[in-house]
Amino acid sequence: MKMSPLGRIMLLLTVLLAAYQIAIGVDKMGALPIFAYTVAFGVLLVAGLLLVILGFEVLESPAVVIISTVIPLSLSLGLVWEHLSAYRLPYAIFACLGFLAIVMTRLLPLKNRLPVAVLAVVHAVAGLLPVVWAFSGRTASGFALVGVGGALIGVGGILLVLLKAGKPLLSRQTIYQVFPGLLLMMTAAFVAGFKLG
Amino acid sequence: MNGKSVASIVKTKLRLYWPLIKSLQTGLLLSTGIAGYLSVHAPVRLGQLLGLSASLFLAISGSTILNMWYDRDIDARMKRTHKRPAAAGMLGQREVFRLGMVVSILGVGGAVALSARYGLVVFAGLFFDVIVYTLWLKRRSCWSIVWGGVSGGMPILAGRVLAMGRVDLVGLLLTLAILFWIPTHTLTFSIKFDQDYRAAGVPTFPSTYGMAFTRTTIAVSTVLAAAAIGWAGVLIGIQAGFLRLLAVLASGLLVISFASVTRPSDRANFALFRYASFYMLASMILLSVGRLI
Repeated sequence: MKMSPLGRIMLLLTVLLAAYQIAIGVDKMGALPIFAYTVAFGVLLVAGLLLVILGFEVLESPAVVIISTVIPLSLSLGLVWEHLSAYRLPYAIFACLGFLAIVMTRLLPLKNRLPVAVLAVVHAVAGLLPVVWAFSGRTASGFALVGVGGALIGVGGILLVLLKAGKPLLSRQTIYQVFPGLLLMMTAAFVAGFKLG
Repeated sequence: MNGKSVASIVKTKLRLYWPLIKSLQTGLLLSTGIAGYLSVHAPVRLGQLLGLSASLFLAISGSTILNMWYDRDIDARMKRTHKRPAAAGMLGQREVFRLGMVVSILGVGGAVALSARYGLVVFAGLFFDVIVYTLWLKRRSCWSIVWGGVSGGMPILAGRVLAMGRVDLVGLLLTLAILFWIPTHTLTFSIKFDQDYRAAGVPTFPSTYGMAFTRTTIAVSTVLAAAAIGWAGVLIGIQAGFLRLLAVLASGLLVISFASVTRPSDRANFALFRYASFYMLASMILLSVGRLI
């Protein structure tokens, strides 16, 4: 399916927002959160550029499932490191092991439900963490936008995973049509949330 | 001859002349020259910057026109280029040659008028492109692209030399960055249009060493280009955030290069070609503004 000019514009705006966040938005944070957020927004930036260059065909790649896990995992790791110091080490271990588990279950020719189960657990924890933390009342009100971003990334992830699993919630065409907008809204919510939070 | 017909002739000529300068490539090289100038982060002298832009534009355009003039026979045999005005016979060969010479002389002359050292570097770029690359080596060896790369590195060095008055380590690193980036650009092109180049009898890496070696060469040169730009960025003293952004963009380039080696396909090749152009443009912007914001 060919991408519309509006879709390209939205992706380019996503790239610009991600670039802003990497260059300016994460200054004055600790080394690990800066690294984690740089990885998350870096993946968004490069993915956005590849979508602009190659179109929606990129989403057909088997690597998408692995790469799309990096974004919520590294964002949530940055948040935990910044705000939940007691859980730093356990969560860092969870993030590393979760990522490795997804890579392994995607690379090995497993015929059971383990790959989907691993994906669901890792995405649920990593995706819900920003939402729960943002709406816990322990942050500035603007930080709630980070939760909105987390929710949007969850929606995007579910749509893509189910599409790849052959049980799509929406038609492929609809998912591709809304995807650039979803990516832009998600990135804008994260950038604004970090700025206002 | 009335005013209307003169305007019509000028319009027609300009329409035919414009493709001779490969505007996108010239624009990209010009942007490296401007970035080289701005990377010094000295107070910008607007007159000097305008002079640099005009002289570099003319010198790069002039060398490209001379390249088009000399390679018109090759271009005529290639599907991708056979409609170019010089190759298609829409312009006479003497006219193209004269135009190339005039534009080149104006460019180099303007550069020398600005600064002798700057003019020398601009002339070196033109010399390497027209004499060494186009006239001497392009039809003899696939390694001619090294000299094309050296020539492509001259605008950024020239910009820095104009701002500083001398050649420094950062200038040489930026030149190396362009030199190593050029294979990413030209070799992906020679893979894509392999049959065209074979038909025209132009030796390329794919036709001489095969696709696998060519892709490995692209990946290695990409790593070297990214390393040179990163090192130059550190020495220039651009802010940490911009260095992070530079690293992210370079990582994307490395991943795509790696993918094009391990899972070669037309799509990976196309992605690398386009991403490499974007990477270079973005790097130039970051090196230019990295200490200002």
